[in-house]
Amino acid sequence: MAKRIEASNVTSYYGSFKAIDSISMTVEPKTITALIGPSGCGKSTFLRSINRMHEVLPGARIEGRLTIDDQNIYDPDVDVTAVRRMIGMVFQRPNPFPTMSIYENVVAGLKLNGVKKKSLLDDAAEQSLKSANLWEEVKDRLGRPGAGLSGGQQQRLCIARTIAVEPQVVLMDEPCSALDPISTLAIEDLMFKLKDRFTIIIVTHNMQQAARVSDKTGFFSIDKTGEPGRLIEYDDTQKIFSNPTQKKTEDYITGRFG
Amino acid sequence: MSMLTRSDLSGVVMTPENIRTKTLPLVTNLLVLVVAFGLSAAAVYGLGIGNWVLVVVLGWFLYLIGLFVAASQVEGRRAARNRAWRSLIYSACVLAILPLASVVWTLVSKGIDRLDANFFNTSMNNIGARDPNGGAYHAIIGTLEQVGIATLIAVPLGVLGAIYLVEYGRGRFATTVRFFVDVMTGIPSIVAGLFILAFWVLIVSPWFNDGQPRFSGFAAALALSVLMLPTIVRSTEEMLRLVPGPLREGAYALGVPQWKTILRIVVPTALPGIVTGVMLAIARAAGETAPVLLVAGGADAINFNAFDGNQSSLALYVFQQAGDASKYAPARAWTAALTLVALVLILTIAAKMLARRNSLTR
Repeated sequence: MAKRIEASNVTSYYGSFKAIDSISMTVEPKTITALIGPSGCGKSTFLRSINRMHEVLPGARIEGRLTIDDQNIYDPDVDVTAVRRMIGMVFQRPNPFPTMSIYENVVAGLKLNGVKKKSLLDDAAEQSLKSANLWEEVKDRLGRPGAGLSGGQQQRLCIARTIAVEPQVVLMDEPCSALDPISTLAIEDLMFKLKDRFTIIIVTHNMQQAARVSDKTGFFSIDKTGEPGRLIEYDDTQKIFSNPTQKKTEDYITGRFG
Repeated sequence: MSMLTRSDLSGVVMTPENIRTKTLPLVTNLLVLVVAFGLSAAAVYGLGIGNWVLVVVLGWFLYLIGLFVAASQVEGRRAARNRAWRSLIYSACVLAILPLASVVWTLVSKGIDRLDANFFNTSMNNIGARDPNGGAYHAIIGTLEQVGIATLIAVPLGVLGAIYLVEYGRGRFATTVRFFVDVMTGIPSIVAGLFILAFWVLIVSPWFNDGQPRFSGFAAALALSVLMLPTIVRSTEEMLRLVPGPLREGAYALGVPQWKTILRIVVPTALPGIVTGVMLAIARAAGETAPVLLVAGGADAINFNAFDGNQSSLALYVFQQAGDASKYAPARAWTAALTLVALVLILTIAAKMLARRNSLTR
């Protein structure tokens, strides 16, 4: 079950610093949306607003509405953990839990949310690792530490961990920036595969990657340091990369930004 | 020493000579050593200004200088400086280990005399000045009970306090707590003892004892826990802070509530460090004499009940035996000191092994 995400006038603050200014966009279910833009333009901040990870940092807060299937996740009576269970997240650097084995890492989300039945966990572990294209590489050493895998494998382990809890949306914050091209390819293939089941939003600095994987692309930018980031243009990826309406977008994707 | 300029560097061409260095031969090295010690011995004994200790110290000093000079000639300045600093660091390391080795050697050599079964299964009850027997059974019981109770009090409080400071504490209250934990670190043990004497022994204990104040091992445990608490809070706090933020975020992003993230992800990750901090606190508490003397009173007889009546402890036993007039007392003091060190060592090793078993190590 993938979900439709609608942001209207989302503004995020770190203390008194306004990081992004009234972002509005709609993400359709079972699509891949790429967010591109220069460093510090608020793409990650916006991404972290979608599963309420933004507010983990002290002093961070949000204004505006962010609805998932018409439910505003910023309503005061919303349970944050329930939102995050529905909206998984993969981080820039792989962060497997160091005290846990590969198997325990994959089922961590289920186990820590109260699933105890061994057969259920075993199934989930195998399915998720298979979905993450990691099963063949680790099936004989599920008891080994997750932190002992290579960087690309760790990142796929983190993806397996994320999809094991069956979220409806998967957010990816530059998931390939610490990986080599082959691991990157593995993860891009994986994203196409996951698209059938999940809505995916990915932040990336790699424009080729955005062009390769995404259906829609949002371009974020800032006027200058200290100003809040804004969504400049949001359209079909095809259109953004071939015929953008905004001058800024064109400058950025052709490398004339600055 | 002149500064290198860019033109110096840019002119360097890679030739077989300038990318290779000569190494000081081992024979020369040993020769320097022999000459240095020879000179040192000649100087010290010739002038009659000291004994072999001075020969070693002066000889080593001359050796380091000689080594630097010799290496400068053969290997060049950079390699010689590297060699000199490396030697200094090794020397400092040996110097730091010497006192430790000396303490262990003294304890073992002097403590071995009374390291017999009698020492471990008798108390000092009815042991007179001319009695060569007598043991520390009562003191071992006291130490184990007092430190055990103190640990049971201080570890949960300390670890929970540290979790509060790292994971929840914001604003003025947390700053205040942290400040007072720092202040507590500096409390002398005798003050902790006096506090428990005034508060527990004189005010609270009469309620349980027909209006009479009463010493107890539990009072000593309270005083020890006051001493252990700040050490545990600060070390646990440091360890929890070392757990990377992305690990917490990874768990939050799976929809794991904060308390469960702390309990199942953060604390297990920091566990080996937390255990080390706890063991340091236990080691400190086990060696405290003053508070035990003040609030448990010390005893010669075995008292298993930590909640009623005088108790001794190993540290207090060492203190009392070392000052005793009996000619058999010093041997008992040494053996008790050895026992105390061994006890702490065994506990530390056991705790480290347990902590390691819980986490995956490759």
